[in-house]
Amino acid sequence: MSAHPTYMLDRCEVADSHTLKVYRENGGYEALEKVLKTPLSPEDVIAVLKDSGLRGRGGAGFPTGLKWSFMPDVAKDDRPRYLAVNADESEPGTCKDRVLLREDPHGLIEGILIACYAMRAEAAYVYVRGEYRLPYERVAAAIDEARAAGLVGENVMGTDFSCQIWMHKGAGAYICGEETGLMESLEGKRGHPRPKPPFPAGYGLWGNPTTVNNVETIQNVPFIVSRGAEWFRSMGTEKSTGNFLCGISGHVERPGVYELPFGLSARSILEEVAGGVWKGRELKAFFPGGSSTGVLPAGSIDVAMDHDSVKGAGSMFGTGAMIFMDETTCVTRIAEVTLRFYEHESCGQCSQCREGTQWLHQIFRRIERGQGTMDDVDMLSTLASGMAPGKTICALSDAAAIPTHSVVKHFRDELEEHVRLGRCPLAGTSQPVGAGA
Amino acid sequence: MTLAPALVAELDELVTHYPEKRAALIPALHRIQEENAGWISPELMEACAGYFGLEPVEVWGVVSFYPMFRTTPPGKHLVNVCHNISCELRGARDVIDQVCRVTGASVHGTSADGRFTVETVECQGACANAPMMEIAGEYHEDLDAAKVERILGDLA
Ligand SMILES: Cc1cc2nc3c(=O)[nH]c(=O)nc-3n(C[C@H](O)[C@H](O)[C@H](O)COP(=O)(O)O)c2cc1C
Ligand code: SF4
Ligand code: FES
Repeated sequence: MSAHPTYMLDRCEVADSHTLKVYRENGGYEALEKVLKTPLSPEDVIAVLKDSGLRGRGGAGFPTGLKWSFMPDVAKDDRPRYLAVNADESEPGTCKDRVLLREDPHGLIEGILIACYAMRAEAAYVYVRGEYRLPYERVAAAIDEARAAGLVGENVMGTDFSCQIWMHKGAGAYICGEETGLMESLEGKRGHPRPKPPFPAGYGLWGNPTTVNNVETIQNVPFIVSRGAEWFRSMGTEKSTGNFLCGISGHVERPGVYELPFGLSARSILEEVAGGVWKGRELKAFFPGGSSTGVLPAGSIDVAMDHDSVKGAGSMFGTGAMIFMDETTCVTRIAEVTLRFYEHESCGQCSQCREGTQWLHQIFRRIERGQGTMDDVDMLSTLASGMAPGKTICALSDAAAIPTHSVVKHFRDELEEHVRLGRCPLAGTSQPVGAGA
Repeated sequence: MTLAPALVAELDELVTHYPEKRAALIPALHRIQEENAGWISPELMEACAGYFGLEPVEVWGVVSFYPMFRTTPPGKHLVNVCHNISCELRGARDVIDQVCRVTGASVHGTSADGRFTVETVECQGACANAPMMEIAGEYHEDLDAAKVERILGDLA
């Protein structure tokens, strides 16, 4: 495995890493102390973040310092302001935030405190997907410990900075990971995304200025504050700085969550980090960054894993969740599973998304079972083109259209062979089971 | 029907975390469901609406939107098997078959003896340890047929 410096997961490997004692023994809360005792101004913190080049790890890769600077000027706007931490992690293939929540909850809390200080937010809500019981308990316990130690609540570290952190449990809806769906859900409603504008920085939780950040994004903040922007930029590429947590799943020898610098080739990640395709087989296809990103064929395996390069290869970096599929995989079946997911998760507000996901799922299903027609293959593209880009309230519709287009583009032959043969050409992968489909 | 006094006391604290009471609705529904053997009855929704000062239909609208809330009683053990991409690639369909065989329940159904309800669920964030299932908040990962048999057999 290529030698590269790591920082995020180092602490997670220490026994009892989730406790305040162990966190402190490993440099914990020193970044917060630096901010509060130096003191650095909120503007100083935002400047360091901007300088570091940190981009959001929730899927869109938006520059974090810039996002924070969108919060209105306190001199002109005295409404309460909030940070919402997105721990809804539900994008298929994505399994990284769970590791951080479980093993390094104080790292998250320290990041939240610094973020709230920089944005002058009075409280943060950590929105954790309902299924993450142990991660939720770990963060809740860590907040209690931090509160008892004077790190959360009134007068943090004896200064005049005060900040509350509250846990909030979701209830199993992927759409609540979309930032405005998350805010609706946090307000106790259905997770129906809001039309934008207005953007959360102007009109967020309870109509107040709000910033939504992913767990891993926030986790990077204390490291950047402690070690500096230059250190951070020494890892990764010019436009995708630092390390990212790469969740690797599917047909590989060593699936796992690995900390890697941006810019490694997908091939080296597959071969050196993940131990190659399992069972000595050949690669057929891979999702570079979760199920919402375009599937790439094996021929694209030399793409570098950073935002610009993956985009250049016709897909997206997304959440950095790489899903590998070996030569025996029926990509049509995987498309069916993917679209079944989006159909299930569409909130139903926009007809293009509500109807489109349903149609796409049905067509992939039909083709996979050998009941499709050649027209169906073209219909997939036509439908997907009607759903995105930018045609709906939120990007779930895009998330369904993008993998559809990529499957038609790269695996048209496989789709057509299903139609020609009237069955799945990949024996053994298409047996419908129980009522599970 | 009203909510149990201990639960009301708990919710009274919970609502202080938010500028508006309603924000505690989803966490409250989780607690109500936990205290009621895993489901939320129409009477409980009404009691919950009473607590929050909402119309029962508003609570119903929320309950019905979120997959983790159940409006019918599950069996003694609710087995949630992931059927999303990473699990599918590593044998989720075999796991589902095996779970159904061992429990005697069909997917979305409850076994005749009332012990097991089996559901398929979307990605649970355990993709690097696929295939997986979740039972009572606990994740069981890297499953194979023998492991499924043992885990289900160990349940009381
Ligand atoms: C349908 C949909 C689901 C999303 N799910 C998540 C999620 O589970 N976790 C997450 O952090 N971001 C998710 N996002 C992205 C968020 O909307 C938002 O961009 C992100 O939380 C911002 O944080 P960042 O700037 O730190 O990346 C989702 C977006 C869409 C459109
Ligand atoms: S695009 Fe889909 S998920 Fe997003 S708001 Fe519209 S219907 Fe809901
Ligand atoms: S696909 Fe099953 S846990 Fe993610």
